Formats: sequence, structure tokens, C-alpha cells
Amino acid sequence: MYKSLADAIRDAEASGRTLSATALALESKDQGRTVEDIRGALRRALEVMRGAVERGLEGDLRSASGLVGGDALLVARSSAGPMSNTLFSDVLARALAVQEVNAAMGVIVAAPTAGGAGVLPAVLTGLARNRGIGDEAVIDALATAGLIGAVVAERASLSGAEGGCQAETGAAAGMAAGAATEMLGGTPTQVGHAVSLTMQGTLGLVCDPLGGLVELPCVFRNATGSALALAGIEMALAGITFAIPVDEVIDVMGEIGRNMDVRYRETAGGGLAATPTGRRLAKERLVQIRTAPR
Amino acid sequence: MVSLLDIIGPVMVGPSSSHTAGACRIGLLVRGLVGGTPEKARIELHGSFARTGEGHGTDKALAGGLLGFRPDDERLRDALDIMEREGLDYQFEKTTISDDAHPNTCRLTVERAGQIATVIGSSLGAGRIRLSEIDGYPVELTGTLPTIVLVAADQKGSVARIAGILAEQSVNLATMRLSRIERGGDAFMTIECDEPPGDSARAAIEHLDWVKWVRTLDKVGG
Repeated sequence: MYKSLADAIRDAEASGRTLSATALALESKDQGRTVEDIRGALRRALEVMRGAVERGLEGDLRSASGLVGGDALLVARSSAGPMSNTLFSDVLARALAVQEVNAAMGVIVAAPTAGGAGVLPAVLTGLARNRGIGDEAVIDALATAGLIGAVVAERASLSGAEGGCQAETGAAAGMAAGAATEMLGGTPTQVGHAVSLTMQGTLGLVCDPLGGLVELPCVFRNATGSALALAGIEMALAGITFAIPVDEVIDVMGEIGRNMDVRYRETAGGGLAATPTGRRLAKERLVQIRTAPR
Repeated sequence: MVSLLDIIGPVMVGPSSSHTAGACRIGLLVRGLVGGTPEKARIELHGSFARTGEGHGTDKALAGGLLGFRPDDERLRDALDIMEREGLDYQFEKTTISDDAHPNTCRLTVERAGQIATVIGSSLGAGRIRLSEIDGYPVELTGTLPTIVLVAADQKGSVARIAGILAEQSVNLATMRLSRIERGGDAFMTIECDEPPGDSARAAIEHLDWVKWVRTLDKVGG
């Protein structure tokens, strides 16, 4: 796969193709699989993503510690907020739903990771429903998301233990923003700006889960990450360009991650995990998990 | 080389690709080593596996892998109940394997039909795994290709002989690794193949009188 989004964007613009078509063609060559076969695997991923959204919105799941669950339904049913019953609140609910399923040992697509698995389905399926976009376009968008994630994996990292949450929900938000920008008719260049405009807002984000579990704040970081992706999409499609090239934004995310103190990289040694309440809850709930009847 | 489908995937039971999906794959590979579901297992958890394993379902995922469930199988959630219902004796312990072991490491001692295997495996992130030791022999198994493992008496020409058998069976070799603990002692061979080696290749290798045992392992990921 490409190691530079600038290269992919240049190839796409030069050939008059979308980034997804450009990425699928290269993936087909790299892996010796047909484009149809790769799209088949992405179709299955989309089905699992939709299944997780639906399962989470039923609202009855609880995580191992009992700290998360049921919040997706609260957002979906609410009419109290300024954005209630809009695309925005629907996307938040979907992101929470997938992560609640993940925390309860349900089936999800790690895209790019399990901890950041809520953002991409939330943004893509939420927008597809809102705009009446068909599955084929959503599958293409998943290919674009995969391209963006592959470049991030190559140049920076997709692991909270290596790069903090900016490498998980931050990367997921960048992937979702770029993918959705293409799905809504943006040019390859606009896709690049959507990734930059979104990821600039997640730089420095630490990975600080209570007790080291993929629960709190991970579930909510997927919701706020989705909100940042919507902001990036809105700005890029309005024609805003971001002065720092997208590959450099990704590079600097990697650099910040490498320089991040180990306490902020999934070790539960800092951030929310190390607050007095974070420590107390982690201790109580981990004991509870150990002694709970199966 | 990063693939699109590495990024949009795997489809898995949550919550953690390293603590859940990777742990399941370790269990699956170890199950292959004894040729089926072990009746007994002692599962020792090290580092982050010991610290946050229960909250991440690492115990369920390892047991589920030993039972033959794949990372996207929802039965993983109930693997400990299923294990008890089937009368299997799996015990979990916390341990320190070594100071420099990967944080997500475990040691599994499994028994099936009189065969015993002791394996050290680590989950490296994003569902990728590595078995680093089998019965005291250093190995490097990732489960991303069909693999043949065997123990043979240490003798000249053994590698060439086995490579010859696989060539006759049209099995293409990806990697081959030989390790032994002492000169003249038994040698442990791991052979990763591009395609599943098949029963006839296995039978031909098993037929060699200096081969003590051989197993073929299905790929579990990648």
C-alpha cells in the first residue's frame, strides 16, 4: 500500500480516479487478489459494523467492570440537547454503540484497532443513512479509510501503547473524515485536507484507560473522535485547505507519540486512569471482575 | 507490507486486539500442537496479561482458542462455562516469565491423549502473535502461514530430506528453522509453507524413522 497520502492523491488526480479506486488497484496488485474479492471482505466488514451499531443501540449490554454500557441509547432517545435528533447526535450514538459492544465482548471490526473501532462505522453508516447513500459507495469509502490507516501505520503508529490515543481514535477520526469526504463527493485533495483538519485536533491525545481496560474513557473518546471527524469533513468540503501537508501531520503525530511519557501510553499510569477516582474505580471494579460469578 | 484489510479488520470479539484476539490465536495454535482440544491446561499469565487479562477476557480468549473457537466467534464470551461443562480442567495463574518477556505473554502447559506440550507465546498488538518456545526449544511461530513442526533425532541431512519430501508434494517453503538445546540431542524444526502441507506430506515425514513426532498447524491469522 502507499506510504504517502500525497503520492496516492497525486496518482488519483493524475488518472482522474477516486482515492478508493486507486487504493483498491494497488491492494489488488500487492496482495494478488481481485478488486472484487477485496471489496467482498470490505462488504463483510460493513455488515459486522452495522450489526455492532444495532446491537449496541439495544442498550442492554454492560462491560466486564460495569463501568460502561447503555449510553448509546441515552443519546439516541434524547431530545434535550442542541443537536438532538440530528445527524450529529446519531453519529455520537452509533460510536458509543459500537464501543459498548466491544467492551461487552461482542463482535466488532478492529478498524484500525478495537479501541478505536467506533468512529469509522459511526461516521460512515450515520452519513449513509442520513444522505441515502448505497452500500457500494460505503464499501469504497472503507477502502479509502484503509488507505489512510495504512499510511498512518507506516509513517506513525496505530497503537495506543506506542503513540497514545491520537494513534487510535485520532487515526480513526482521520480515516473516517477522509473516507466520508470522498463518499460525499470531495476530490482526492479535499480528502487529504479532511484528514489533516481532523487529525490536527487530536494531536497529543493521551491513552489513559482506567485499569488499562478498553472501557473508560475509550467509549467516549470514540464519540468525541467522531465529532472531530464531522468537523474535519465540514471544513474540507467547504474548501478549507490546511497549510501543513497531510503526510507531515501524520509524521508529527508519530513523533509526538514517541516522545509521550510511558504513563500516557495505555499503561494506566497517568491521565484519567491516575486520578484519585480513576484509581479507586479501577481497583474496585477489577476486584469485582475477579470475584464475580461467571 | 501493510494491507488495507489489516487496517479494516480483523472482525473480532472485543475488547482488545492484543488481549482478546491475539490471546485466542495463541490458544488456537497451541491446540494444533496437541492435535485437538486439550483435556488439561495450566495457563500462566505474565505482565499486562496478568494485570488486565480478566477485564479484557484474556482468560476466556485463551480457553476459547484451546476449544477451537476463532477470534470472531461469539462463544469466546462463554468459553469458561463451556470449558467447565465439557469437563475440561484448565487452571489460570499469574506469574513472571522473565523480566524481558513481552508484556502480553503467557505460558501454556497442555495435555491431550497423553501428549504434553509447554509453550510460551506473546501477543504483539493488532492481533499478531508469536510463539517463542515449545518444550524448551526456541522457536518463532506467527501462525500466519500453515506450519509443520517436528522433533527429530539430530542427524546430518535431515533438513535436505524433509525439504525434498515437501518439494515432491509441491509444497512451497516460506521459512524453515531448526533449533536444538544440545549437540547430538533432538532437534526441533518449524517449517512455514505457502500452502497447507496436506496429509500425504505429513505421513511421508512421519514415516522417517528419525522423526519422533510431527504436527501440521493451520494458519490462525494474517
